[in-house]
Amino acid sequence: MYDFSNAAYHKFSFDLDDGCAFYFDAGRHPSIQTQASMSIRAPRKGENYELSVDLNSEYRDKRKDAIKRVIASMTVGKDVSGLFPDVLKNMQTDDLEQKKLVYLYLMNYAKTQPELVILAVNTFVKDSDDPNPLVRALAIRTMGVLRAEKIIDYLCDPLQKCLRDENPYVRKTAALCVAKLYDLKPELVIDNGFLEQLHEMIADTNTVAALTDIHIAASSQPSISPSDPALFPISASVLSKLLIALNECSEWGRVAILNALARYEAQDDKESEHICERVVPQFQHVNGSVVLAAVKVIMIHMRGVRREDLIKQLVRKMAPPLVTLLSSPPEVQWVALRNINLLLQKRSDILSNEMRVFFCKYNDPLYVKVEKLDIMVRLAGENNVDALLSELKEYASEVDVDFVRKSIKAIGQTAVKIDAAAERCVHVLLELIDTRVSYVVQEAVVVMKDIFRKYPSTYEGIIPTLCANLDELDEPEAKASLIWIIGEYANKIDNADELLGIFVDTFTEESYPVQLQTLTAVVKLFLKKPDSSQGIVQRILNTATKDCDSPDVRDRAYIYWRLLSTDPGAAKAVVLAQKPPISIPRTTVSPALLEELLGEISSLASVYHKPEETFVGRGRVGADSLQRKSDVLDDRFSTQKALQTVAAGQQSENLLDFDDAPAVDGRPSGLAATEVLTHTPAAQNLLAGTSSNPLDDLVSIFGAPATPAPPSASPHDIFGSLGINSASPAIQSPTVIATSPVAAPIHQQQNQQPQEEDLLGLF
Amino acid sequence: MISAFFIFNQKGEVLISRLYRTDFKQVVSNPDVRSPIITLGSTSFFHVRVNNLYVVCVTKTNANAALVFEFTYRFINICKSYFGKIDEESIKNNFVVVYELVDEINDFGFPQNSEIDTLKTYITTESVVSSSQPSAESSSRITAQATGATSWRRNGDDVKYKKNEAFVDVVEVVNFMGSAKGTTLRADVDGHIQMRAYLSGTPECKFGLNDKLVIDRGAAGGSGAASSGLGDRGGSSSDAVELDDCQFHQCVRLNDFDADRSISFIPPDGEFELMRYRAASNIKLPIKVMPTVTEVGTTKVSYDLTLKTTFSPKLSATNIIVRIPTPLNTTDVDVANVTIGKAKYVPAENVVVWKIPRLQGGQESSFSGLAHLTSTTTRQVWARPPIDVDFEVLMFTASGLIVRFLKVFEKSNYNSIKWVRYLTKANGGYQVRF
Repeated sequence: MYDFSNAAYHKFSFDLDDGCAFYFDAGRHPSIQTQASMSIRAPRKGENYELSVDLNSEYRDKRKDAIKRVIASMTVGKDVSGLFPDVLKNMQTDDLEQKKLVYLYLMNYAKTQPELVILAVNTFVKDSDDPNPLVRALAIRTMGVLRAEKIIDYLCDPLQKCLRDENPYVRKTAALCVAKLYDLKPELVIDNGFLEQLHEMIADTNTVAALTDIHIAASSQPSISPSDPALFPISASVLSKLLIALNECSEWGRVAILNALARYEAQDDKESEHICERVVPQFQHVNGSVVLAAVKVIMIHMRGVRREDLIKQLVRKMAPPLVTLLSSPPEVQWVALRNINLLLQKRSDILSNEMRVFFCKYNDPLYVKVEKLDIMVRLAGENNVDALLSELKEYASEVDVDFVRKSIKAIGQTAVKIDAAAERCVHVLLELIDTRVSYVVQEAVVVMKDIFRKYPSTYEGIIPTLCANLDELDEPEAKASLIWIIGEYANKIDNADELLGIFVDTFTEESYPVQLQTLTAVVKLFLKKPDSSQGIVQRILNTATKDCDSPDVRDRAYIYWRLLSTDPGAAKAVVLAQKPPISIPRTTVSPALLEELLGEISSLASVYHKPEETFVGRGRVGADSLQRKSDVLDDRFSTQKALQTVAAGQQSENLLDFDDAPAVDGRPSGLAATEVLTHTPAAQNLLAGTSSNPLDDLVSIFGAPATPAPPSASPHDIFGSLGINSASPAIQSPTVIATSPVAAPIHQQQNQQPQEEDLLGLF
Repeated sequence: MISAFFIFNQKGEVLISRLYRTDFKQVVSNPDVRSPIITLGSTSFFHVRVNNLYVVCVTKTNANAALVFEFTYRFINICKSYFGKIDEESIKNNFVVVYELVDEINDFGFPQNSEIDTLKTYITTESVVSSSQPSAESSSRITAQATGATSWRRNGDDVKYKKNEAFVDVVEVVNFMGSAKGTTLRADVDGHIQMRAYLSGTPECKFGLNDKLVIDRGAAGGSGAASSGLGDRGGSSSDAVELDDCQFHQCVRLNDFDADRSISFIPPDGEFELMRYRAASNIKLPIKVMPTVTEVGTTKVSYDLTLKTTFSPKLSATNIIVRIPTPLNTTDVDVANVTIGKAKYVPAENVVVWKIPRLQGGQESSFSGLAHLTSTTTRQVWARPPIDVDFEVLMFTASGLIVRFLKVFEKSNYNSIKWVRYLTKANGGYQVRF
């Protein structure tokens, strides 16, 4: 078609207004290259003028070529809407390709030229009667997306006809057009009875897919109520049709049908079993989205299955296809991994024997590696911990700093999770500290703190090694961790006062978390060795109360000071109290949210591990929409879910901060997310709105995520919870050990019931 | 639900933009990100990088992420099939066809029929459609195919071959990770069976493998047996293979497979991927790598590598490429001795590339060399990336899979000729640590 030999490269003459940065290289783009004769014409009025001349040319080829150039300009963002009438003239043609191009142009500019679009209506209506089904479908498809008020009125008749078309391809396109129309003007669809018509067509495998698509279209509408007719009800007869259609339609259709099945509420356990049995074969589909959609349906309907053996069988059949998804392209892999992570939180037994497949390959993208790491820790057990540790150690020597840190963190999590493996983990950590690579050492120190927390007084032998690396540390978290360790074991470390003295000297230059830790550690030291450390404690209390600009640090210093001066016994009881044990949380999201996310497997929500409301719509959820949602939802998910939504919604503003970290990483969700809540007065108002007593809500969000705490809020609870809260900056990873030792001092207060009154009295 | 579809080049310039919906206003391009999905405000961007292009899908809803990526990759495959490759140039040169394609495979944000075979019947690369305008009848046949129960195959009467042939290619990609101590950390096979069917009419095919049918046997579960099988290699005396999982082209009747594990289908015309499978037990590793790498002081690293093929002497491995990583501060590598092939230090990638054109079964080849390092002030230890081996072995399957039969039934009852080939290769996933 394009003969390079005789075509002189045509230089476009750009007008001044063509300030746009992107251009196709005219020379290298044959489709916008023109014949040699063209270049003779003087560039009189710029490119658009030339195009308009060509569009009106008497030669067919030239006209078509001009249309292509128009589309090319349109693609790169130039305004070619001025050519609307000229392009429109070329609409009536037998050339299907040209017609498609003109339609493409119309789709882009119909909105800006509503008056002129009317001119096109005639051709559209005529085309929708064309003997060629491709043309009919094309016409109806394009008319649906023009989105011009005037066109819509002319759309109904041809649409009506096409819905009854003998050709299934046209019918399918028409059915989708109903969805488009519904998006634009729902009342028109209802008035014309298109929905009923679609319901009748449900036996047609193609329209089934379209129909379910409409559901999606409808549910994305802001004002939707459950009684909306577009949410077509799935009756038992429709169900059987859907199940039959499942095996006959295209892969994308299968996804749509599976989505519809996920929505269906089974009448009894027999029906649930039936659905599961029919859906299971889809696990073998080559398209990963079909597999995940099938997993979703099974997870939902498995809730209704009572036969234990069937559940077992389903779970067993689910594992191989999930593992297979790991050989997909990295992006699909990542989506699969995020979902596997969710599935494991619900059913930890699914992949219990498959840890090896999650081993990272050297050239996996970082986001895949990080996700694999998380899953490996979830799958860790006594039987496979050795393999896991040697892998993690291997990862810790890789180049990417982020990944190395996460690997080391994973070692710590393994140690906390599996008691029997703790010693081996510590051993690996020591080997890593020996490498003396700065970030490795720092991360290892942070991790060691958690291990000390979980297994107090077990690994005191390694404290000298840690202290030897004191000079290496320059990150606040690592410093704070080491200081905590020193304070905790002050009586066992001979030169503890000397070590802490280093930090006391530089106290005012340190960051607040380090200051807080230093303060606490010195007080611990004083309580343990009162004779030798009188001076240092006096010094730090002085500095902290006088020269520090953080109110948190000052307040804590004052509290310690008064405690020490009034009742050293009480101080001992508070500061050196027994700490509650730590453990790895089995879930990163609350159970209610987990259930909801499992119902949305493979969607964005399940990838982000966050409810949909947090990232679609206006970015945050207002009080009224929340109210509406809680009306719609039955009481299954109680207020807790709603609260979580709000909390997460507040954060969705921060979605812009995704910068260099993997999108979902490091974002507190679940309980951690709710913690953000209390910092914003608006959210507290909202909380107050949902319940008569704001205290109840506060308690319920900070209580165990499983069940809202009883409404009888004792001051002790609130104090304790808020205490955790103020320390929350220290808890940085969503999977990190639940209560980090940085929060320890305040925990001690929580545990110290008898002293509670005194403490509150201090305020 | 996909609101818009874009292709950007590396500089962030728009090559293709197609808005399926109008529910968003502005387009932001973000060249360097570390996550495949980014959400800005409430708009989510899914991107896949291919060669020098970014293929981006945009949505404002809680879209099905797996579907969006599958769709994106399908588009990439379609482009590859249409233009031979996908890069900035091919997209620019064919942008009209690309528009036709993105319009056809997606309507209003919902993916539509995207079978390459079908698409090619009515979207053609030559822009000469005007002269050979499809008639109304042929169009209706095309459309019937695009929507029918066998959307992947043209109407039976249209397909005629003088010689009815079917070619089956079994391609296995071995993933292997060996530890420095010589133990197997992970070994599995991603296999796919590629078929080229040149069969007349509407043939009904039945396909049989030496599959052990073990997946769903026994209460202990196939998965459990599979991973434990890693250790006791060669334990099973029978020559049947244990497939962990199989996935099929949409033409295969999944219900039949679920019921009795029979693979029956009406094939598309021409080339297609019939099935993918995964096996993790009794993997026969075709090549053993025995590395000895020692750091001599801080200025030298000595390498001693032996490759050994484990398959029968009748077969041979070809195109063996071994990549041996060297420290970042390597100045030069002395290749002391190479028995077969050539080895060369490639400073740009920090590896020694050792190429062996052919290695017979049972043969051994070794490499030894010495890398010289400059002294550096950084204390960073060498990360020691794994040694990577690429190879191809014809007529060998690492999983032991064999095609037992391919039966073709057609109403005209013709005789068909079937061909089978096997190929095992490594695709960047055959790695040994040292």
